[in-house]
Amino acid sequence: MSALPQLTPDEIRRRRKRSVAIALVLAALVAIFYALTIAKLGPQVLNRPL
Amino acid sequence: MTTLSNSVNPAQPFAAASAPAGDVADYFALLKPRVMALVIFTALVGMTVSHAHVNPVVGAISLLMIAVGAGASGCLNMWWDADVDAVMTRTRMRPIPAGRIRPGEALSFGLTLSVGSVLVLGLAANWLAAGLLAFTIAFYAVIYSMWLKRATAQNIVIGGAAGALPPVIGQAVVAGHVGIESTVLFLIIFIWTPPHFWALALVKASEYARAGIPMMPNVAGPDSTRRQIVGYSALLAPLGLAPVALGFGGLIYALVGLVCGLAMLALSVQVLRTREGERANRAAMSLFAFSILYLFLLFSALLAEQGLGLFRPVLG
Repeated sequence: MSALPQLTPDEIRRRRKRSVAIALVLAALVAIFYALTIAKLGPQVLNRPL
Repeated sequence: MTTLSNSVNPAQPFAAASAPAGDVADYFALLKPRVMALVIFTALVGMTVSHAHVNPVVGAISLLMIAVGAGASGCLNMWWDADVDAVMTRTRMRPIPAGRIRPGEALSFGLTLSVGSVLVLGLAANWLAAGLLAFTIAFYAVIYSMWLKRATAQNIVIGGAAGALPPVIGQAVVAGHVGIESTVLFLIIFIWTPPHFWALALVKASEYARAGIPMMPNVAGPDSTRRQIVGYSALLAPLGLAPVALGFGGLIYALVGLVCGLAMLALSVQVLRTREGERANRAAMSLFAFSILYLFLLFSALLAEQGLGLFRPVLG
């Protein structure tokens, strides 16, 4: 089994920043789909026959 | 006339195979943020002149998706043109030629954003707008970047259609159709594109030649390019007033369009008359800088009239 590459402190810092950015984008996507649902279906979104 | 050299090949990786993944700022730079800002602005004007109502949340999310789609096409362009970017001073510090992002990473990033922006725009607004965004991305990344740019001196003339489409997408978002208003805005940006880019190409002709890009000054020569710049500016000046004739440009727009159209034409004539030395470069760069201001002022006038209620009719 090959050893994992050793990351420098700078590479670790950049990876952490990329991870935070991906998390923020995912959170923004959740907010976008929530806002779109409310905007397009209105407050009656939950008041629908099953 | 400068000889073209095709010493570079498309989509060749420039970064070393082991180059580390870039910083967040590098990925953001791949989206060409200044172009994105212009796209948001012109799409917003396309939405505003449509006189149709759209939910503000839907409108804002749609604008964001149009911007992301434009950024994605910019990213795909940088992926394909990394070899050309590496030999031009203006672009050699971009993330891929500088070795901060691997080409494959940029390709994945651009494709993901392309598909994501089109799907979300379709869900948020309508599938006509989404289809137009998909066409814009494909046109810029494939037709312009991969084909026209290295094949013909008319590259930025035809490719300019991609940059002119955001107002059309904007109108499709709010109205669900493409109307005369956004078509006129499309034509204004389309005719504006050649004098804008050729002014820069006159100054950067040797760099384009080194990169093997057949820009008009390298193919037809600087003098022919200067004459064509004047021709397009002469076409642009009256075309810029078409919104007034069609009734969606008011008094403010008429004044701005008239003054800016004449200024653009005067600066183009100055480029035609000043052909030698540093003064020629200064004239070309003045036109290049003013052309950006031209588009900004015309579209700002429309936004102020239609968005802020400052519209006062010129005709009738």
